[in-house]
Amino acid sequence: MCISGAERRATAVADDKAIPAYNAAVPTVISDNAHIIYRIHGSMAPGSNSPVASFKRIVTRTKSAAIREVHAVKGVSFVAYKGEAIGLIGSNGSGKSTLLRAIAGLLPVEGGGAIYAAGQPSLLGVNAALMSDLSGERNVELGCLAMGMTPAEVKAKTADIIEFSGINERGDFGSLPMKTYSSGMAARLRFSIAASKKHDVLLIDEALATGDAKFRKRSEQRVRDLRAEAGTVFLVSHSEQSIRDTCERTIWLESGVIRADGPTEDVLKEYETYVNK
Amino acid sequence: MSQTAVADSETGLPLPELARRHGLSAAGRLPSLPEYTRHLWSYRHFIGAFANAKVSASLGSTRLGMVWQVLTPLINAAVYYVIFGVLINTKHGVHNFIAYLCVGVFIFGFTQSTVQAGVQAVTGNLSLIRALHFPRAALPIAITLVEMRNMVASMVVLTSIVLISGEPLNWQWLLLFPALFLQSIFNAGLALFVARLGSKIHDIKQLIPFIMRIWMYGSAVIYPVTNFTNRLHGWKLYAVEANPLLIFIELMRHALLEHVTLAGPPLRLWASALAWTVVVGLGGYVYFWRGEKGYGRG
Repeated sequence: MCISGAERRATAVADDKAIPAYNAAVPTVISDNAHIIYRIHGSMAPGSNSPVASFKRIVTRTKSAAIREVHAVKGVSFVAYKGEAIGLIGSNGSGKSTLLRAIAGLLPVEGGGAIYAAGQPSLLGVNAALMSDLSGERNVELGCLAMGMTPAEVKAKTADIIEFSGINERGDFGSLPMKTYSSGMAARLRFSIAASKKHDVLLIDEALATGDAKFRKRSEQRVRDLRAEAGTVFLVSHSEQSIRDTCERTIWLESGVIRADGPTEDVLKEYETYVNK
Repeated sequence: MSQTAVADSETGLPLPELARRHGLSAAGRLPSLPEYTRHLWSYRHFIGAFANAKVSASLGSTRLGMVWQVLTPLINAAVYYVIFGVLINTKHGVHNFIAYLCVGVFIFGFTQSTVQAGVQAVTGNLSLIRALHFPRAALPIAITLVEMRNMVASMVVLTSIVLISGEPLNWQWLLLFPALFLQSIFNAGLALFVARLGSKIHDIKQLIPFIMRIWMYGSAVIYPVTNFTNRLHGWKLYAVEANPLLIFIELMRHALLEHVTLAGPPLRLWASALAWTVVVGLGGYVYFWRGEKGYGRG
């Protein structure tokens, strides 16, 4: 399925009146035929890591069998515009998270392609651990400083962030070490820290999935706010409801290739028929 | 848009051209060195907060907490004194051997702990690196700051030991500040260097203890430096005397101890220390910066 940029943007503007028209044509992320290849060290067949095998490899100067290549994203091209929220769907291992990490500049793009982005995209994922020995409040401070805020800004925002995350709903958890948090609480705090700053491009990887229903609603509202502030939001999720509620455009990746790119409803319909086949 | 699309369907521009026109930069581009340095400077508050966090995270679960910052160097000095001062006699006629030994152990320990922590600066903080964007050099620099803080506590212990052992307090003691300053920059460079090396080759971490041990034996920490001058000649002696840690230790002995035989005239030692500081400090920084974009890969 191919939908031209103009058509797509027309529907996007019609769908959501909150997006000013002059923003519609400014691209924020451009992926031009991006290939991403993982090189994995140390994943070997049993036996090939024995001292004898390692020694033999060094002596015979054969390339280490330990390095395997995984071609995770195969030539992906798209243009994302200011004020868009784009959902990324696809089965497990289809390259969604890899693509986000490449947009964030954490993985190199190969094969002559490139990914261009406005400003510095921020990736927010469930694995984004801060320092688990420190209290939630110290982590808020550290996270905000790491995003480039000044100490004065951090001071002003700390209370808001703790409040938004809702970790203090069950007592004073903000002053307890993060290792005592449940996974849902930690994920909520991380999202709250990342969402406290205005991002040109915000990449969210399943980060909303761990929160409870109440928090999910609140965070989806925050995603819409961020978008309205003329940022671009990418959302990887296996929850179709999340995608439907926050994104008007969806890209469907399968085995590292774009299967569809267009209005959320159309893409989801096609995806559902594929999944239920 | 399918994967074969090479132009924006609306404007018909090729994608790289469209990116250029709207001022988008390629993800994963290496910033220039001045740009990187400015960026790093703007993250100075983060570096400070991260260093503080490291200290409270590492001592937070111990009962004595911050007392360990003083206790660790004290125990360290006691162990070396028992072995090398009492059990094995390595004095060879050194005046005030306790003070001589402690200066060596403490100054060497400063660089040693920086290197040990620095090699894990990137690999130990991968989740932070993958989650947030900040100049990665902030991590090894913060670790150097942590070790500098520990060194302040160690210096209080060291100067007490030296005074109690009978050395007089005089103006020459002021030289300890420039000596520590140079060593701190040297350490920062070394931490940056091993941080990148450790992130590329994970095996380095296994080798560090051995490298540091042989470095210690080559730095006249636990026996007098005259052992080298008496036994080695020609290039071997030059090689041993060019050892930056030997130089930093000798500078501190020169500052704190009254009757001490140094490896060379003080002025030559200061000149070599300065040269090492500039080379390792700058070299480590540039080496780390070159790898900036690869640290999240792990």
